[in-house]
Amino acid sequence: MTGTLLLVQILNGLQLGVLLFLIAAGLTLVFGVMDFINLAHGVQYMLGAYLAVAFYGLVGNFLAALVLALLAALAFGLLLEFLVFRHLYARDHLDQVIATFGIILFLNHSVRVVWGAAPLTLPVPEYFTGSIVLMNGLLYPVWRLVIIASGLAVAAALYVLVSYTRIGMLVRAGATNARMVSALGVNIERLFMVVFGFGTMLAGFAGIMIAPILSVEPGMGDNILILAFVVIVIGGIGSIRGAFIAALLIGLVDTLGRSFSIDMLRLVMAPSPARMVGPAIASMLIYVLMAVVLYVRPAGLFPAKGR
Amino acid sequence: MPGATLAATSETRLRHPARDLVVPGLIFAALALLPLAAALSAEQYLIDLAGRVMIFAVAAVALDLLVGYCGLISFGHAAFIGIGAYAAGILSAQGIGDALVALPAAVIASMLFAWGTGIICLRTRGAYFIMITLAFGQMVYFIATSLALYGGDNGLTIAARDTIAGFALLKSDRAFYYVTLGCLLATYLFSRALVASRFGRVLRGGRENATRMATIGFDVQRFRLIAYVISGGLGGLSGFLLANSTEFVSPAYMSWQRSGELIVMVILGGVGTLDGAIIGSAAYLLSEEWLSGMIENWKVVFGPLLVLVVLFARGGLIGLSSQLWRRFGHA
Repeated sequence: MTGTLLLVQILNGLQLGVLLFLIAAGLTLVFGVMDFINLAHGVQYMLGAYLAVAFYGLVGNFLAALVLALLAALAFGLLLEFLVFRHLYARDHLDQVIATFGIILFLNHSVRVVWGAAPLTLPVPEYFTGSIVLMNGLLYPVWRLVIIASGLAVAAALYVLVSYTRIGMLVRAGATNARMVSALGVNIERLFMVVFGFGTMLAGFAGIMIAPILSVEPGMGDNILILAFVVIVIGGIGSIRGAFIAALLIGLVDTLGRSFSIDMLRLVMAPSPARMVGPAIASMLIYVLMAVVLYVRPAGLFPAKGR
Repeated sequence: MPGATLAATSETRLRHPARDLVVPGLIFAALALLPLAAALSAEQYLIDLAGRVMIFAVAAVALDLLVGYCGLISFGHAAFIGIGAYAAGILSAQGIGDALVALPAAVIASMLFAWGTGIICLRTRGAYFIMITLAFGQMVYFIATSLALYGGDNGLTIAARDTIAGFALLKSDRAFYYVTLGCLLATYLFSRALVASRFGRVLRGGRENATRMATIGFDVQRFRLIAYVISGGLGGLSGFLLANSTEFVSPAYMSWQRSGELIVMVILGGVGTLDGAIIGSAAYLLSEEWLSGMIENWKVVFGPLLVLVVLFARGGLIGLSSQLWRRFGHA
């Protein structure tokens, strides 16, 4: 019984982990290559979810909605890059924080104006509705498995892209020393745009995939953005591998902590204080983990080379 | 680089000692006289609004100590407001509703949190520091939402404002207004003395070039940690005032948007000019009041305004005013 529960929670943790990875990968790339701290990355995840709902309403087919929403999210991200972000790359972090904070305020409230403040829902695509029996007594929703699988597929594709292609080589070089790459004759502005657009699409993709199981509402990107920050801080800024490992770690620790903290505490204290302290401790766990990692390794677990 | 703009601002300040007294003098005189003007027009609303401005100005001045003078962008400063507010709220719920206990408790609790997290945060630099302070702020937020005993998500209503040594001196809104003003004035004067002292010069030296400061024998990290703890304590003071003014505490006080708003206040006024933090919090809260009266989702307008300020008006309102001062005041 508890064995199955544990397995379910591990799968849930993995699902949160791959979701965090999709968001953190873009964030850490943009930060690593451009030294740009993009708080607005979370609203791009939110926008992906909203666009998916909107396009699904128009075309009534999840796959088509997914493609359209991805393209729209990319187009919007590139527009933002053109209008605002590219003027901020050379600025200090304070300016970047304030400007992207302004964009968060704008988008969080714009979706409220356009789609209303009430949460929206997106149905699970019909091929993937329902649950399957993973083992005796363990039913698990198919869509969550699809999320895990697609997240792992993206991670693998990203690994190949970054390690074995020309553009990946430029990205790695850019993360080490962007000015040197520019001096060697690479159009660094175009590289920045490609990386930024790619990151935006990953965040949008995460938003689209999660939309069927979460309610789509204004501000949904804010908390996940901060979790993604915790991920890249633990993993080491600029490192995709670090982001992947840290994302799974955070997903598992957070999910398992929330489900089992009360039971664990009941081993050492009475039930009623355990029920009170449990949730507080569970919500602290990942931050404590972050603090411990930083205390031991201030640059994160897998710092990108050259930083 | 931030150093360049900041250095330019402080040079301007050094060249105008008169202006250095005029601006804060005007601000505090206006704040002191406001209740009289409000009495004429019988507007409780004005007192409430100005009171809120002053409470956030305390926190903004505290944040400016870090952002402006240490070059440390703390994105978790609302946590200190929240800790101060919860200290006051929880003590009051336990029947200890006296400022002589609650105020030190609020400040010390915030300082302890600042010390504990500061040791970790200050091991890192730049963007790491931003993200980690953000994360620790979020941690306190989630702890507050899970405090089922003290209202959890819904917050905690405080039965009455704190007494002072058993006397209900803060009951009248006007008395509370002047207490708040006194706290802001004390915070401001203390911070000014601090940045002008040798301690403040070490902080600024560390902001410009930490390696050089270390070479001439200063343990910059220790100075920064002390500044972080002081700033946290002042944030706790702001939280104590906020809890007493609204007679309510809620996790929303320390949401990360609040921390963002505090940074916006510091930027709007002009980084590294303590009066700027006061002007900035007034500018932010007044434009919130004004815009939200006109448009329901006022942040749709305010967000792009912020972007424009960053792109085109560097140095904030104080920066603009000293440009004007240079152009017209020195003809």
